[in-house]
Amino acid sequence: MNYETVIGLEVHVQLKTKSKLWCGCATTFGAAPNSQVCPVCLGLPGSLPVLNQKAVELGVRTGLALNCTIAVCCRFDRKQYFYPDLPKGYQITQFHQPLGRGGWVEVPFAAGQRRVGITEIHLEEEAGRTAHFPPEADNPGYSLVDYNRSGLPLLEIVTAPELRSPEEARTMLETLKVLLEELEVTDGKMEEGSLRCDANLSVHRPGEPLGKRVELKNLNSFRAMEAALAFEAGRQGVLLTNGAPLDREEARTWNEAKRKTVFMRFKEQATDYRYFPEPDLPPVSIDGQWVERLAAGLPELPEARRGRYLREFRLPADDALLLSKNKAAAVFFEAVLGFYNGEAKTVSNWMLGDVTRLLKEEKIGFTDLKFGPEDLAALLSFLDRNEISGKIAKIVLAEMFQTGTPPAAIIHARGLFQINDPQAIKALVLETLAANGEAVRAYKSGKEKAVAFLVGDVMRKSKGRVNPELLDRILKFELAVDEIKDIGVD
Amino acid sequence: MEIAELNVAALRKMLDRRDISAVELTNYYLDRIAQLDPDFRAFITVSREQALRMASAADQKLATGEGATALTGIPVAVKDNICTNGVRTTCASRLLADFTPIFDATVVAKLKQVGAVLLGKTNLDEFAMGSSTKESAYGLTPNPWDRRHVSGGSSSGSAVAVATGMVPLALGSDTGGSIRQPAAFCGVWGLKPTYGRVSRYGLVPYAPSLDQIGPIGRSTEDIFLLDRCIAGYDPLDPTSLPEQAAAAGIVTGSLRGLKVGLPRELFGDSLAMGVKERVMAVARELAAAGCILTELSLPSLQYALPTYYLLAYAEASSSMARYDGVRHGKRACSGSDVAGMMTATRQELGTEVKRRILLGTYFLGKDCYDDYYVRAQQVRTWMKADFAAAFTECDLLLSPTTATPAFTIDEEALDERALALTECYTVAANLTGIPALTFPCGFLNHLPVGAQLMAPAGAEQRLFQVASHWEAATKRQTRCAQGDQKGAFYEL
Repeated sequence: MNYETVIGLEVHVQLKTKSKLWCGCATTFGAAPNSQVCPVCLGLPGSLPVLNQKAVELGVRTGLALNCTIAVCCRFDRKQYFYPDLPKGYQITQFHQPLGRGGWVEVPFAAGQRRVGITEIHLEEEAGRTAHFPPEADNPGYSLVDYNRSGLPLLEIVTAPELRSPEEARTMLETLKVLLEELEVTDGKMEEGSLRCDANLSVHRPGEPLGKRVELKNLNSFRAMEAALAFEAGRQGVLLTNGAPLDREEARTWNEAKRKTVFMRFKEQATDYRYFPEPDLPPVSIDGQWVERLAAGLPELPEARRGRYLREFRLPADDALLLSKNKAAAVFFEAVLGFYNGEAKTVSNWMLGDVTRLLKEEKIGFTDLKFGPEDLAALLSFLDRNEISGKIAKIVLAEMFQTGTPPAAIIHARGLFQINDPQAIKALVLETLAANGEAVRAYKSGKEKAVAFLVGDVMRKSKGRVNPELLDRILKFELAVDEIKDIGVD
Repeated sequence: MEIAELNVAALRKMLDRRDISAVELTNYYLDRIAQLDPDFRAFITVSREQALRMASAADQKLATGEGATALTGIPVAVKDNICTNGVRTTCASRLLADFTPIFDATVVAKLKQVGAVLLGKTNLDEFAMGSSTKESAYGLTPNPWDRRHVSGGSSSGSAVAVATGMVPLALGSDTGGSIRQPAAFCGVWGLKPTYGRVSRYGLVPYAPSLDQIGPIGRSTEDIFLLDRCIAGYDPLDPTSLPEQAAAAGIVTGSLRGLKVGLPRELFGDSLAMGVKERVMAVARELAAAGCILTELSLPSLQYALPTYYLLAYAEASSSMARYDGVRHGKRACSGSDVAGMMTATRQELGTEVKRRILLGTYFLGKDCYDDYYVRAQQVRTWMKADFAAAFTECDLLLSPTTATPAFTIDEEALDERALALTECYTVAANLTGIPALTFPCGFLNHLPVGAQLMAPAGAEQRLFQVASHWEAATKRQTRCAQGDQKGAFYEL
């Protein structure tokens, strides 16, 4: 089968504002049901929405970061449908004149970096949350609505249908998530619903027109999204192979338990939302100078940072990508460089290697580290000055990680300085050779591996402090001396 | 003269001189309501205890003099589509029969702040959709000059309460003429302020781009005082206009040189002869006072009615969506699922409301949107330009408020077109957002006739000036109507 898959995403981002989009209610996640509500977000008759300027600001910042053209004047519209969690009977969104249009984002796909288009971004309000309680012996079942979520500010990002596989869709969403977190416009927590994603997918034979698309809903995690898209691409591929491709657009939802997409409705059955301009809200003029100021205030974004890491620090491509897409890592990385005279690549190796491993074990991030960038710089400097060995450095790092103690204190307290004095090493080596006649003999009979045992013995005795390079040279020298003695040359 | 016939200034003098206390005054009006309202159904709710508490607080305010203003201790009635904290707000709908708001509309908060005494909530067509209170779930409010006739709508409860002296002042709301038409039919004064001048926060919406709260009273000065109290920027209403300096009083200077436009389209054939004569009498009086009369044409007016219907009904269909039984108002117990419950709940809405929802829903459908809603918006834009052009030629416009005096209750039921004709004089002010004031200019067959003045946005002061000139020049009496009086109190 050689089919092409076309995917576009609709990403809903909950903007990180203190108050809701139209009223002063708090936006704290997880508060007691209906404890963060007022006449406005309950849609009480007579209440009116007042636009939260901060939400517009966060939207504009996002639009700028996504290279969108920011509207000079945007407007709100009513999207009308009946649902218990929609207290006004319509959702205030942007349909006719959205906040931003026509952007793009650079995405580092596995197959190489590519630009993906952003069709539009628009502001809208969140609905409430409905909880259903199924029938039980003594009651017929009921539903409750929590309006805490009602009126939270959302930014919807619509991507162009330019993604070609479930993996690409996932990478796209990951890239967006990183970017949004970097902009500090959202918490980006998929598990709390502050980042949500719907996807449109169609399948066609190369060279043929696009297939009918299916809208996939309820993609609540990266894994669910990738699995749902993969399932759907496979399903549509089979239909195409069987000569019965989709003939109607439909909406499906991902069923996590059954690991499959489930039919919801055909698109032509979809509600006519009867969009029309929201008469309660005047059009929003967006001042060009304000937008310019916001643009100037944007932080360096992962893509720009990645380029800089490649140029300035000559990091390998993988290192540059990994460090640049994690803001906390990037901040830490650059802070270490401020204290450190060695190679950037050394810092990158340690951060992406040992430090990342320790963080993963504890399931924490760079901002949670107990030691500071100056401590990692100090540790690496000890290593560069040959004052400790790489092995010791790992031990010191582990203790820094656990306790936050500076490396110098650990090294002094535990006497971990590397033994670089050849005489001292020679003494240790001779001691070992004398005590391990068998290993020495094995070596002489051609068993090269015996060297490792002897090295290990010296290291054990010295608690790993011996300079491994010198040890290797001195050990081999002494073994050779020993062998010469055997031959009897004086 | 009876207290009921006194204007606010006279009541003010009595209160300030302690000739009467606010509590006594309130009791007087409460008694009058008890006596007259069974015949008129002007009130849906009389908040007697709250009124007496407020009156008592007003008396204290008057005693100390602290924070007392022109309306302190003056009773006011509020149309029942304006939210009052703790006092039910029914919108004359069965669905909201038990709906008690948890907040005050901004206008109500302002009245409370100055110490006005809120007597109760007045009748209207359900959700302000109608011209006769035929659409009220609480019964029709008959015309105080002849009970066989309608009192107009939708703010008829407020107009009737004022006309009968059950209250000196009342708030109405005006989407297509809902203040001015009943005010004209009842022989009282009413103002539809500039859109955005008075906060809509707390006004239960019918068509939000057209709705505006305004005063009804028994003199120009009375509605001026109420307007001054409720106007002003409100951060809770995003369509609210920036604060304007409040006028100390009505400008009283000479009208010499003021250009008064008479739009040809509003003096056409559909106008009852007697109405035209009485409005032209106003024009002659203004000319005598030095005004320059200009006949002019506003071609966009021929599309005013269909444009109004399209936009108002489209918005209404959306405004009414929240009454689905989930969160607001009554919930029907029938229906096997949520959709069934919502459908059953919405069956409780009245015929006219349903009709407007259906039409509005149709107008906004994706296949109709461009042909109906978008075109109506284009006409609205044209209309604003048309009026702006007219206001380069004149300072204000004079027209009848309605084509005929109040029609009979039966007539109204039979002839929907007549009903529509009464709206064609008033809707333009809503569509263009300009202020419009109606004042009584005589009687035709014992029923009042109203004249309407329109001015550019924000020029309310010009309307008050001209209306009060007419009132002074003709020495209008402000007698109260109580039912079936034959003959006019206004001698021409």
